[in-house]
Amino acid sequence: MQWGDQMDIKEIYQNMDYGTAPESAEEANAWLDKNNRIFGHFIDGEFVSGTDHFETINPATGKSLAHVSQASSADVNSAVAAANRAFKEWRTRSGFERAKVLYALARNIQKHARLFSVLETLDNGKPIRESRDIDIPLVHRHFYYHAGMAQLMSKELPNRKPIGICGQIIPWNFPMLMLAWKIAPALAVGNTVVLKPAETTSLTALLFAEICAQSGVPKGVVNIVTGDGDVGDMIVRHKDVQKIAFTGSTDVGRKIRQATAGSGKSLTLELGGKSPFIVFDDADLDSAVEGVVDAIWFNLGQVCCAGSRLLVQAGVADKFYSKLVNRMKKLRIGDPLDKSIDMGAINSQAQLDRIKSMLSSCAPSKITTAETTMPDDGYYHPPTLIRNVETSDTLMQEEIFGPVLVSTTFRTPSEAVALANNTRYGLAASVWSENINLALGMAPKLKAGVVWVNGTNFFDAAAGFGGTKESGFGREGGWEGLMAYTRPVNVPKEPADYSTKKTTPNRAASINRTYKNYVGGKQLRPDGGYTKQISDSSNAATYDIPISNRKDLRNAVEAANKAIGWSSSTGHLRSQILYYFAENLSVRADEIAALIDTFQPRGMSGVDEVQATLETIFECAAWSDKFDGDVRNVPMRGLALSLNEPIGTIAAFAPAEHALLGLVRMIAATIAVGNRVIIFPSEINPVIAGELIQVIETSDIPAGAVNILFADHSDVAKHTAMHMGIDAVWCEETEAISSMIEEHSATNLKRTWTQVNVATEIREFLDHAVEKKTVWIPWGEG
Amino acid sequence: MNISNTTNRNICHELDLDWVMAAQANQSAIERRAATLGTRRSVKKEFQAAWLARAISCIDLTTLSGDDTEDRVRRLCAKARHPLQADLAKSLGIDPLTTGAVCVYHEMVPAAVAALSESQIPVAAVSTGFPAGLSSLKLRIAEIEESVAAGATEIDIVISRRHVLNQDWQALYNEMKLFREACGEAHVKAILATGELGTLRNVARASLICMMAGADFIKTSTGKESVNATLPVSLVMVRAIREFYEQTGYKVGYKPAGGISKAKDALVYLSMMKEELDVEWTRPELFRFGASSLLGDIERQLEHFATGAYSASFRHAMG
Repeated sequence: MQWGDQMDIKEIYQNMDYGTAPESAEEANAWLDKNNRIFGHFIDGEFVSGTDHFETINPATGKSLAHVSQASSADVNSAVAAANRAFKEWRTRSGFERAKVLYALARNIQKHARLFSVLETLDNGKPIRESRDIDIPLVHRHFYYHAGMAQLMSKELPNRKPIGICGQIIPWNFPMLMLAWKIAPALAVGNTVVLKPAETTSLTALLFAEICAQSGVPKGVVNIVTGDGDVGDMIVRHKDVQKIAFTGSTDVGRKIRQATAGSGKSLTLELGGKSPFIVFDDADLDSAVEGVVDAIWFNLGQVCCAGSRLLVQAGVADKFYSKLVNRMKKLRIGDPLDKSIDMGAINSQAQLDRIKSMLSSCAPSKITTAETTMPDDGYYHPPTLIRNVETSDTLMQEEIFGPVLVSTTFRTPSEAVALANNTRYGLAASVWSENINLALGMAPKLKAGVVWVNGTNFFDAAAGFGGTKESGFGREGGWEGLMAYTRPVNVPKEPADYSTKKTTPNRAASINRTYKNYVGGKQLRPDGGYTKQISDSSNAATYDIPISNRKDLRNAVEAANKAIGWSSSTGHLRSQILYYFAENLSVRADEIAALIDTFQPRGMSGVDEVQATLETIFECAAWSDKFDGDVRNVPMRGLALSLNEPIGTIAAFAPAEHALLGLVRMIAATIAVGNRVIIFPSEINPVIAGELIQVIETSDIPAGAVNILFADHSDVAKHTAMHMGIDAVWCEETEAISSMIEEHSATNLKRTWTQVNVATEIREFLDHAVEKKTVWIPWGEG
Repeated sequence: MNISNTTNRNICHELDLDWVMAAQANQSAIERRAATLGTRRSVKKEFQAAWLARAISCIDLTTLSGDDTEDRVRRLCAKARHPLQADLAKSLGIDPLTTGAVCVYHEMVPAAVAALSESQIPVAAVSTGFPAGLSSLKLRIAEIEESVAAGATEIDIVISRRHVLNQDWQALYNEMKLFREACGEAHVKAILATGELGTLRNVARASLICMMAGADFIKTSTGKESVNATLPVSLVMVRAIREFYEQTGYKVGYKPAGGISKAKDALVYLSMMKEELDVEWTRPELFRFGASSLLGDIERQLEHFATGAYSASFRHAMG
């Protein structure tokens, strides 16, 4: 007899309890023991012992698992130096050679999948079902996919090259998966990395280091240093690190943005969220309830894209809540290694305390907590629903990062959109409706990097993932993910040859010209009432240039944000308008060419610059209806669409060089894909912009889509970077101004592009002018 | 054990077409849930043994072949009375352990009734022109009446699939109502033949209609369609039962039939019933497996648990 006494079976036969079904931790413990439960760092292909060790805790028991080291600055320096040495060789390997290494990593992780899963669950507290069926399979999928990217890079991305040494800082909620998301693309395209796992979940990264050594990863290509935020800070500030990729909280992301301002480091941030979960009255409510389970109780809601704000249509709200509360009762909480539990342990005491303290502000009458049994030891929290939360409530605004769902109702689709977007975040959104018009129509309206239709928390290596607004910038996965680990190869700019001699005579008007700002389709005097006068080289004419201040900026942003219709206009319409803009400019070609020759005595001739500008406008017009997204090959019956959406309102500081071409290129590229733009013409050479206003006015560009403000760039740069209503800033400026813009952009984590001068192709401008959105649409009936 | 003893038997309700038409079934989402039913719960050791015993108690041990004879049916009934070999049954300590019912064609009802006399095991008869259900309505109703008269206390009827495919919900309701009336005291299981209904939404709507018209159980399939019981179909039907219970207070049973032949599958079904409904729906009063070969696999698994050695089918009495 293998089973217990007969009474037990008879009793179970009646009550149908599950009992326990623990996954064995034997192998994982053996691995920890083999390492004497003390770990250092993985630097230059070797394990070094490290100093200043601290405990890593099993959150399910509160007991120590092992000791890991707090890296010193010497450790970080030697890791960066190793990455630097390795980069020289690794970057020169063929794609095929790199692909072989990534394939070996994928295979070896797959072979040790169960060990990784158990170790992850021990260290993190998530249910073994999730680490076994979700996290680790996604990890090897990511390495397989990027083995392919390594193979294809030279043919498919001939104009991109690796950035160099990547500092990667990852969180504790998906320790191994986030490692894969960071390391696989970085290595695929020839970078080397220094990665720091979260201090509470370092173990799987250290096991991965062992796998690297077995998989033919050259020494120094992958370096892993452990420790807390201070180690992260050392990486962020290290002068030889050229790229920072961070996943974590918005607060820390903001600090990293500030710390890297002006450093020239490339930066991607994948930050917090308060993602809406929208249920319409025609949804399959039972399936939507199950969706909620996967949205907010998956990994105990410790998921940046957790569907933590439930928005349910009023007519079905009571029914939906009742189904949801019944479902909550069935969730089982307990030992995460038990194969029959739904929710394991919160990752740390600190996180549990944080969740409880956030809940303490809420009226108990609104809170529904599932009455499930929980273990006595360890850090556990029951699934929690809070109904009728007002939009003004902190719990509706702030990320809780725990198994707590807040909810409210809506009346109409447009109200659902308004509520969904009423947040500083913009990571993901989930929409439930059986009406294809409604469901698909919601996708473009939701400000989020990912939209799931009738589903939630779908992830795949082929599909971009990342946020908008204060959820950060940059994408992980897919081709867009590779962009974040590459930079353009600097192709020497070939001067355009229009075979025209610089012969245009200066026929500048002798009547004094007074320019105004162009805001919301109107020419307006500057708020301060001041202008400055400049004259051309021959003093034949004088020009009055407005001096704008922050109020002019405020008004321009208001006008730009009102011109929202431009962003939903068709590519066909935008291309027609851009062609017409070019046509109208060509009518005044001679006169503007003359002005260029007057104010820009050196360099390209006025005639050539006008021709180059016309061609640029034509190229942007051409792309307007062709810069389309694509369909990603994800393992799902349905579609994953990668869409190019306008960022919103972009402020751009035009360069002094090529006063016409530099200015128009920024305008045309931003508006071609549906952005609204506020552009500051070159302060050295503003006259050409002044003349351009008349051309814009006559070209059917809707009011507010293009706004021109004359200002000293240094006066307005900070206010621009800080303005919450601006989504991105482009500039080609002095280091001081660029740095100021990057630093102050941290207020709302707006996208910044401060190296516009490096770009040689319109394609690159367009890439910077769009936000990638992945829309997942599972389908099928019958 | 005999479901005719349960109180609060479902009644015939008004047809509520608004409710029926509001029913939705998102196939992709349902498939995702179905795919994780077996990975979210696991029962081991004595729990698994107890659960497998419970599965046995829910089996409608079935023979529905053209070559059925009285002797064949008697052998099946003997197996229904003693589904496990004596030493195994004893070691479980559950006595008596029988299957939920024996399920046969009308002509075999008298033999089954005789063979099961003085047991609590009900005889179920498939009826109404099983499996296609395309004989005349008059004959189908007469068939129910004859089977009841012959001693069947459970009648497994087949619905007219054309009423679903033509979206003639009123006709489906009327038909089911007539079948229920013809059954009298006998309990009626409505076979939807889900493999022939085209979509999960149709399954959801047909489930609601049959329950409104008084079905005691809803059942997936005849076992003769090309696709029989599946987890996605089961989720839809079980959720319809849940909703029907929430709206009316009446508990309707569920019977997946066809295609469930492994002990492991039976465990997943039982946990689905427990998760989506409640533990009450894991008992034969509200849950049955329509199966013929499932019992054999459960016997082998139980022997493995009892002895630690993997079993062979010839060691267990054939049904």
